[in-house]
Amino acid sequence: MSDTSLIQIKGIRDGLLVSLGEASWPELRSALQERIEQQPVFFQGANLSLDVGSRVLEVSDLISLRDFLSERGIRLWAVVGSSSVTENAAQLLGLATRLFKPTPQVETLPVAKGIEDETALWVNKTLRSGTRIEFAGHVIVFGDVNPGAEIVAGGSVIIWGRLRGFVHAGAQGNKEAMVCALDLSPTQLRLADEIALAPKRQGKSQPEVVRIINGQIQAETWNFD
Amino acid sequence: MTSKVITVTSGKGGVGKTTTVANLAAALAADGKKVVCIDGDIGLRNLDVIMGLENRIVYDVVDIVEGRCRTRQAMIRDKRLPDLFLIPAAQTRDKNAVSPSDMVRLCNELREEADWILIDSPAGIERGFRNSIAPADEILIVTNPEMSAVRDADRVIGLLEAEEKPAPSLIINRMNPDMVKRGDMLSVEDVYDLLRINVIGIVPEDENVIIASNRGTPLALDGKGRAGQAFRNIAHRLNGEEVPFMDLEARSIWERLTKLTRGR
Ligand SMILES: Nc1ncnc2c1ncn2[C@@H]1O[C@H](COP(=O)(O)OP(=O)(O)OP(=O)(O)O)[C@@H](O)[C@H]1O
Ligand SMILES: [Mg+2]
Repeated sequence: MSDTSLIQIKGIRDGLLVSLGEASWPELRSALQERIEQQPVFFQGANLSLDVGSRVLEVSDLISLRDFLSERGIRLWAVVGSSSVTENAAQLLGLATRLFKPTPQVETLPVAKGIEDETALWVNKTLRSGTRIEFAGHVIVFGDVNPGAEIVAGGSVIIWGRLRGFVHAGAQGNKEAMVCALDLSPTQLRLADEIALAPKRQGKSQPEVVRIINGQIQAETWNFD
Repeated sequence: MTSKVITVTSGKGGVGKTTTVANLAAALAADGKKVVCIDGDIGLRNLDVIMGLENRIVYDVVDIVEGRCRTRQAMIRDKRLPDLFLIPAAQTRDKNAVSPSDMVRLCNELREEADWILIDSPAGIERGFRNSIAPADEILIVTNPEMSAVRDADRVIGLLEAEEKPAPSLIINRMNPDMVKRGDMLSVEDVYDLLRINVIGIVPEDENVIIASNRGTPLALDGKGRAGQAFRNIAHRLNGEEVPFMDLEARSIWERLTKLTRGR
């Protein structure tokens, strides 16, 4: 089979964009590798973005591809796709998950009015500096959100840990969205279109919930009764 | 003893990676172990200067990788310690001259003869960093008690976690207890509280570090001096010994920290 049907390559603003046809990941991967071995000079020094469609790729798939590319002087720049597994894997490796678009488009996240999108992303680890999570529904973190980490959610964000990074809940304008954390001292917190800069903590930390009340961001003790 | 590859990295530049590698290598080699250091900072080498071996360089790591010399020929023996060797970085090549799999191959060859292989990673998270962590059995992250360095360390820890590398340990370098007491510097607890990884060493700010590196003689060989002692302690901990943290100032902090790290 000729590999031209499996992979398509075109030039974009960020470098090269590789789109994948219908085949298994190992087949596509070796088609891409073959293409690169055939034309090393064409690829040398390029930033490569990969459109994987709905394919599910794990961190280990992306690492081995990135290392293969890196040994040939090619930088894996972005991985775009519709699977949230793939997207999370790419984000964990610090890869871009969006291609540059000349006109900013906002509809990458489905609009959530009220909280229609009840799906939630479960994050079972501490988010360290440089990690960014974007999700259309709610985000639940079992761990800390460190300074330099970012969460952008269409719905609410619940952190069973310390929030010290950046959080934007209700990112598509949902004013019902809220943020709660066991210890709330974010670098910056946004709810819908409102921005709150965290005041310096006084006294001991306690679980808090933040929401928009009468058009203003307000924090109160997170009550469990 | 089975040999171990230890990579020293940091994210932020200038926090003390090269100083750490030179001192740990000397301390381990003074114990009679065979130690090979690899300078992973291609294009900006300086481990040779700190170790005082600059004038002996004939071949470097790129020469090994590109087959211009045998590995042995690029290993420079230390002036004082017969079991300590340095494989220098190339000064004139760019970092793409070496790949992660080259580093794995080189380290596998060195494992045959060395007890410890220490890799001095460059700052940043680019190719040189990837080369340096590829063969690592253990990773040491050096940071300073300062927010920007700690944040970069956090980023590196996140990348290592994502790649399922071995869990790294932390060295907090350039602690100044007086500044902590005045509230002008992050404390060990503040740093630990954010990074939450095993703390393997705390090295005080010490002007002897600068004097020693200008002379090209490792501080850790010298009996006196607090930083030298701190590096020797780290070397012992790498050997699996339990060494209490030095009482730099407030005892309670160190005791609590020992408890915290031991529980992990
Ligand atoms: N504990 C210490 N006390 C005083 N000075 C120190 C200490 N540790 C390191 N230094 C000094 O800090 C400077 C930077 O150290 P070093 O070169 O080891 O950092 P590095 O992390 O290897 O830097 P780079 O990222 O540029 O490779 C040197 O001048 C060194 O002497
Ligand atoms: Mg250095």
